Amino acid sequence: MSARRPIPRWADIALLPAINLLLAFLVSGLVVLLVGENPFHAIQVIIYGAFGYGEGLGYTLYYATNFIFTGLAVAVAAQAGLFNIGGDGQAYVAGLGAVVVALALDQTHWLIAMPLAVIAAGAVGGFWAFVPGWLQAKRGSHVVITTIMFNFIAAALMVYMVNRVLKPASTMAPESETIEVAGRVPQLRQFFSFFGYSPVNLSIVIAVLALIGVYILVWHTKFGYAMRVLGANPTASRYAGISNSKMIMITMTISGALAGMVAINEVMGVQNRLVLDFVAGAGFVGIAVALMGRNHPIGILLAALLFGALYQGGQELQFVIPGITREMIVVIQALVILFTGAMEGLFRPSLERAFMLFSPEQKADAIAVSTAKSES
Amino acid sequence: MNTQRPETAAATVPANGWAIELEKINKRFGAVHANKDIDLKVARGTIHGIVGENGAGKSTLMSILYGFYTADSGVIRVNGQEHAITDSRHALALGIGMVHQHFMLVENFSVLENVILGAEDSGFIKPSLDRARKELNRLEHEYDLEVDPDAIIEDISVGQQQRVEILKALYRGAETLILDEPTGVLTPKEADDLFRVLETLREQGKTVILITHKLREIMAITDNVSVMRQGEMVATVKTSETSPEQLAELMVGRRVLLRVDKTPANPGATLLEVQNLVVADDMGHVRVKDVSFSIRAGEIVGIAGVSGNGQSELLESVSGMRDQKSGNVLLKGTALSLKGDDGAARAREAGLAHVPEDRQRMGLVTTFAEWENAILGYQGNAKYGAGPFLDISAAKKAAAEHIKLFDVRPANINLKSSLFSGGNQQKIVLAREMEQDPDVLVIGQPTRGVDIGAIEFIHNEIIKMRDEGKAILLVSVELDEIRSLADRILVMFDGVIVGEADPATATEGELGLMMAGIGKDAPRGLGIAEQGPLP
Repeated sequence: MSARRPIPRWADIALLPAINLLLAFLVSGLVVLLVGENPFHAIQVIIYGAFGYGEGLGYTLYYATNFIFTGLAVAVAAQAGLFNIGGDGQAYVAGLGAVVVALALDQTHWLIAMPLAVIAAGAVGGFWAFVPGWLQAKRGSHVVITTIMFNFIAAALMVYMVNRVLKPASTMAPESETIEVAGRVPQLRQFFSFFGYSPVNLSIVIAVLALIGVYILVWHTKFGYAMRVLGANPTASRYAGISNSKMIMITMTISGALAGMVAINEVMGVQNRLVLDFVAGAGFVGIAVALMGRNHPIGILLAALLFGALYQGGQELQFVIPGITREMIVVIQALVILFTGAMEGLFRPSLERAFMLFSPEQKADAIAVSTAKSES
Repeated sequence: MNTQRPETAAATVPANGWAIELEKINKRFGAVHANKDIDLKVARGTIHGIVGENGAGKSTLMSILYGFYTADSGVIRVNGQEHAITDSRHALALGIGMVHQHFMLVENFSVLENVILGAEDSGFIKPSLDRARKELNRLEHEYDLEVDPDAIIEDISVGQQQRVEILKALYRGAETLILDEPTGVLTPKEADDLFRVLETLREQGKTVILITHKLREIMAITDNVSVMRQGEMVATVKTSETSPEQLAELMVGRRVLLRVDKTPANPGATLLEVQNLVVADDMGHVRVKDVSFSIRAGEIVGIAGVSGNGQSELLESVSGMRDQKSGNVLLKGTALSLKGDDGAARAREAGLAHVPEDRQRMGLVTTFAEWENAILGYQGNAKYGAGPFLDISAAKKAAAEHIKLFDVRPANINLKSSLFSGGNQQKIVLAREMEQDPDVLVIGQPTRGVDIGAIEFIHNEIIKMRDEGKAILLVSVELDEIRSLADRILVMFDGVIVGEADPATATEGELGLMMAGIGKDAPRGLGIAEQGPLP
């Protein structure tokens, strides 16, 4: 019954995640302390490893590229009230589109291969999300369930495709033929030697374009408006003459296409061939990224960078401090996800109360509203 | 604020003493003084009405009495004894029971099970049930509150469910009953029955506090009435010594027109025609059964009926939100194609605007800024952006215009819609729909949860639309509203239009019987249903 008012937007977007992150690091620090290492040294290593030198930064950006795509995929669906957990599977099957186009065009030029591969990967990833969307819209099967199931179908399908269809007879490894240089996405290190041997590539440009594109789509188009109406209140969207079923199908397709961009980064930019399980859980990190980034492109950019830094800094950590194992890094990543994703609302009530204390006018407003509500 | 304060009634101790005495109750929520030095004395064995607009502090006051809130200062005396009521359990122990506006019943439990819920004697249910059955029989008998103890809640009527709520309170030993807007969901007949029950309770020495905004009920049933305005107790008067006009003036703080001023209708060509409409609800049950009617330009047709008799489905179907099983909706002679889940868009294109029954659930996206809601339903319109893009400045300009024309407060297009009061939210929806200059306007519950000042404004806007030659379909559960606005009344019962009435001549009793599905010559109800037509 206590009166509350939403905290200001800046606090919601910046302060709250910062507090959550701080807490995650605090608990991680305790974990590091428990294994007998110095947490301050550890954090120093992580930060240096992620941002301190060119190659480290390159790796951070490479990871972040994937997380931007999967984060946007989750965010776009979330704007329409859909929870797309299938980013992993969508990105995985999108690899088919990417590798087929890249292999077909790897005698031409990347300027031809890349745009067409983007379209193909987007189409395949989009299709992999469209089917759950269609099932939701027409049959009422919940996308949370169907997208999870589609992750498993994707995994099985890809094992089949790689081993039985794409694998050249000459190799034993479960992977496709290697894409020739002309069909690969250029590495940033080709332009800036600063990035050392890191795999960050031009896909990051697509990621930045996707961030801008999603922003425009959601807040500056009629489609985005309809999407947000549907996400906020499906009855109101029906009232507004918006076809909920069409919106669900289209939105899921866009979401899947965004997830599919991971394939461009991985298949054409890093591995230069289709390997098994190249997505490596990026789809699930995308959920945390979208949650932490409040489904907003700017938030997603920052959250993707954070997770990229954690991935890269974590790798560095296990090299520099042998006492901290790979599993420990996963624990730290999990803690960040836990505090910034799953428990992101932990401090919201106290923060709301704190803001009330500092700004009495707001408090008055809030009470007026809450009492007006309880009357009637 | 300058209205004359009538003499405060009943200053002397009544024969039976005071059941409840509140003295100088103050409750602040930060800067908002929700209750300012409230004094309220309720004599034992009387029915005491409390009226006031939304936000006047009625609910806060009753919440303090029932133990939901604790007052900042002030004294509560129950039967002359001072108590600091800490929670509702405590209030119940002191004999204060409350019947909420929204019933707190478990739908798939029986009446008996609901009554003992939370008041079981022990871990085993059977002995409690047996004891409760006996007690319930006694109560039902004593207060004339017949309900089948074994009936399942969802199978019985709303009026009966309300009885169960009252029985629950009595079973827990309530001596004083607080009823919050008890007649909102009842037919006139059921309301009559309720009032008879309340009278019986009074005869048996119970005390009733009735919170309502329906002045007519106050006049019909209460002994004393207290008026609240902006957190203050403005007056407490004997009901026999006041009038609805005086109470309305006290509530609002200025003179209010309770009746709508309108000229006789001057209907033109038929604009909306509904032919043999059959509509099912979400569960597949047919709720509108072969309904036909037509509305002409410059005419308001009101659909009267107890809520839940198919009006909602009718509205949603005509406006394209809900698929029809069969039948046609014709606008200016052309059948609307309303199939599919975007039928509402085609209805709008054809010139049919819709003010939905439930503005929070349908008419607004409450998390959106005001300006975003100013284009809801018209987002595809070329006015608000060419091609796929949204012209935000055009939308904001329209929003600012709406706010100005309809005097929406606060006049802030960037404020989140949920932060507007009910009346202002309704104005936002009305402005949006009316400013599109539709041929046909379909309105559901135009003034639900809207305070008196705004009601007057909204009614006048509706009349203005009619006089501009629009065809208006009005659905409301407020019979008074239908009678004062409509040029023709259709009564809906169980999905069928059971009759048509002329608002100038039909009595509330006749309409009430039709609403209950009983023919015109069935026996009349008592009390308020007896009152004649509005002048």
